[in-house]
Amino acid sequence: MNAAVAVADLPLKVIRGDRVTHLGMTFWTILVIVLAFGPFWADRQSLRLLSEILSYVALASLWNLLAGFAGLVSVGQQTFVGIGGYTLYLFALGLGVNPLLGLPVAAVVGGIASVPIFLLLQRLRGPQFTIGSWVVAEVFLQIAQQLAVVGGGSGISLPAAVVRSIAQSRDAREFLIYWGFLAITVVVVGGIVMLLRSRYGLALTAIRDNEMAARSNGMDVGRIRLVAFVVAAILTSATGSMIFLQKLSITPFSAFSMNNWTVYIIFMTVIGGIGRVEGPIIGVAIFFLLRQYLADLASTYLIILGVVAILIMLKWPKGIWGSIADRYGWQLFPLARRLVRLTGPQATGSP
Amino acid sequence: MIGTLNAMIQGLLLGGLYALFAAGLSLIFGVMRMVNIAHGDLIVASAYFAYFVMQMLGIGPFTSLLIVVPVVAAFGYALQRWLLNYTLGAGDLPPLLVTIALSIILQNVLLIVFTADVHRLQAGPIEIASWAFNSELSVGVLPVLQFVTSVIIIGALQLLFYKSSFGRAFRATSDDQQVAQLMGIETRHIFSLAMALSLAVVAVAGVFLAIRTNFNPFTGPLLLIFGFEAIVMGGLGSLWGTLVGGILLGIAQAIGGQIQVGLPFVAGHVAFLAVLYFLPQGLFPKVSQ
Amino acid sequence: MTLLSVNDLTAFYGDFQALYGISLAIEAGQIVAIIGANGAGKSTLLNSIAGLIPNRSDMIVLDGEPVGALRAPQMVMRGVALVPEGRRLFPSLTVKENLLIGGQLRRPGPWSLKRVFELFPMLRERADNPSHSLSGGQQQMVAIGRALMSNPRLLLCDELSLGLAPIVVKEIYAQLPTILGEGTAVVIVEQNVMQAVAASSHLYCLQEGHVSLEGASNQLDHDAIKAAYFGV
Repeated sequence: MNAAVAVADLPLKVIRGDRVTHLGMTFWTILVIVLAFGPFWADRQSLRLLSEILSYVALASLWNLLAGFAGLVSVGQQTFVGIGGYTLYLFALGLGVNPLLGLPVAAVVGGIASVPIFLLLQRLRGPQFTIGSWVVAEVFLQIAQQLAVVGGGSGISLPAAVVRSIAQSRDAREFLIYWGFLAITVVVVGGIVMLLRSRYGLALTAIRDNEMAARSNGMDVGRIRLVAFVVAAILTSATGSMIFLQKLSITPFSAFSMNNWTVYIIFMTVIGGIGRVEGPIIGVAIFFLLRQYLADLASTYLIILGVVAILIMLKWPKGIWGSIADRYGWQLFPLARRLVRLTGPQATGSP
Repeated sequence: MIGTLNAMIQGLLLGGLYALFAAGLSLIFGVMRMVNIAHGDLIVASAYFAYFVMQMLGIGPFTSLLIVVPVVAAFGYALQRWLLNYTLGAGDLPPLLVTIALSIILQNVLLIVFTADVHRLQAGPIEIASWAFNSELSVGVLPVLQFVTSVIIIGALQLLFYKSSFGRAFRATSDDQQVAQLMGIETRHIFSLAMALSLAVVAVAGVFLAIRTNFNPFTGPLLLIFGFEAIVMGGLGSLWGTLVGGILLGIAQAIGGQIQVGLPFVAGHVAFLAVLYFLPQGLFPKVSQ
Repeated sequence: MTLLSVNDLTAFYGDFQALYGISLAIEAGQIVAIIGANGAGKSTLLNSIAGLIPNRSDMIVLDGEPVGALRAPQMVMRGVALVPEGRRLFPSLTVKENLLIGGQLRRPGPWSLKRVFELFPMLRERADNPSHSLSGGQQQMVAIGRALMSNPRLLLCDELSLGLAPIVVKEIYAQLPTILGEGTAVVIVEQNVMQAVAASSHLYCLQEGHVSLEGASNQLDHDAIKAAYFGV
């Protein structure tokens, strides 16, 4: 991961990380390996909890890509969770094939749907985009309630025969779905890191820091945002399809739930650190830790989360991870570019 | 046919209330460029507060306004002065996220205090009184009263904005906060007054709506969306445009409800999206300067 | 008598230091000019005095009262008004409303709508027009009138002549003695050095956040000003 690029003929180079980043990457690698072997050390209930955590890491990371980098504060990402879920169900039921094959279909449908949605919402400036995204989610919720083909308000379930087409034994099904979540989450986080390291990433960071300056430097802000929105929609739909595959039934209110797929995610990301790749991951961890102790409190739990989110927004707007990382200069993914002066024999060498 | 006409009149009259939700929202956006996601929940909270006052004092909903409006306005002032003002000045994100959190907090506090059961404010015989034009076409007294109140409030806001020194300070602050301070305007105070005024307006609308329809702790977001749709349809920057936007939304919902029960909200949203697509500046665009 | 004294004033924008210990004094009824190249710190100095940039309390003293920590609205109440660079009229207000809002604190004094219209008669005809429909020179008159409406003891003018035709500049400067006649001290920040020297009784030259030259305007040598201005 020690990417180095020589800058012209100067004895300088750009590095992407330091010791902490190396430690971080080692940690992520070990974590993914340990999780990949999850079925061998975790019981069925733990696997379900891990699946849920992984799905939230994916959803929160994608929301963070929009709000923290692209400057698109959406409260309507449940649109794509729901589209993903319903697409998988319709595909599996309609063709009678293995529902896992519905995952890529859900991703494609979500991506296609996101283009007109974005083009419409783009007409709303700044904070109005936020409410607009909510209206779109409401429209999908209302339509799903009216459509007989998706069971209207009572929704649809996956029949046993279709479920068995995933795999014959229940354990095998659970493992496959769990690995599906792990794969999506790795793709999402890895993809975001790659995206941020690319040309688009630089552009996104520039837009986040100063939209006006980015525009006047000739960046096509609308197009870059479109790319971010579509990428987020594709992966959110894929995650949504897995979530409802695991649940075995889907209703309009569960599919297009504002609380589950947007509010929790906003709280997680704000608490962890908005605008940092690590932020949502840390936020999800804190959210689930708190939930273990406070879940019985139901609405009090939500009030506590709300108060914590407000306090963090006012006192540490970069979130817990952002504040720590700024203070110590840590980053657990090789993202920031740092210019260092080369010393010794390297100094005069060319790449 | 008569049924549709009746529904459209109902929709038009209801649209006045939507225009009031919108006026409160657009006042905040106009003066401090802030979108208050908790706007709808504050409307619902006002209705619950009216319910509480009516229970405690044994008075009707209209009398309760004498207490509800000033208390809610004072709450709005305090909310802005000691919380929301601290979210301003660092981009769109902090006010959005803080008001989203506030919205969730309000919903759950209402849920704990008043349970998830639906409530309604009882206004007595006026609820069913109506004027009949003939055997099939009649107009309720209450909806007309609501509509007339809405028009009067919007007219008063228009006067306040364009004819008073108070409104002058609002407009100046909206134009240029820094120079407004050079005129001796305490912008933090002006922002807080704007929030107080916004909530005073929506408290009236909230109480009227709560006489007309059931509400529960989770009704708020939909009201925010209605207000928002009315603003965008009317075109930002004109209060009368907002009134027209609210009426259009009300009529669209009424027509949708005629086509199929359960469709009114979809019809409203579709009307909104259509206006957004064909007339992104709204029906009464702000004159560019 | 010293109306305003600035003592060892510093100012920062984040890590960037804009002013390094500026000291100056302004007498009642005096016109003081501040000149300097772009980025010398002139506007920062005026914004600090006007209360737009917070400072340590004793860095700015008005009539014996330490006011450095006060905010802009409190400074207006004490009689310090700023005509901001680029005029910055309120576009949604008419000409008359722009003037009225300047006087909304109702500080007692000689200036009123009527007196401002006497000072700049052409504004009376345009009173109900939107402020952005005026020419640059007329807008500058509104900006000055708006500041005068607060009946200031000290009027701070940032770049009055910026972007205006010489004849208009001359017309505006011709009114300064009238303003002074009402007992108001005036600080003018100018890039036009000749204009500044001609209009003022005392002159400060800023360079990279320091005072590089000061003295009575009519006694300063042309070459000395040039040296202080460009730092050569």
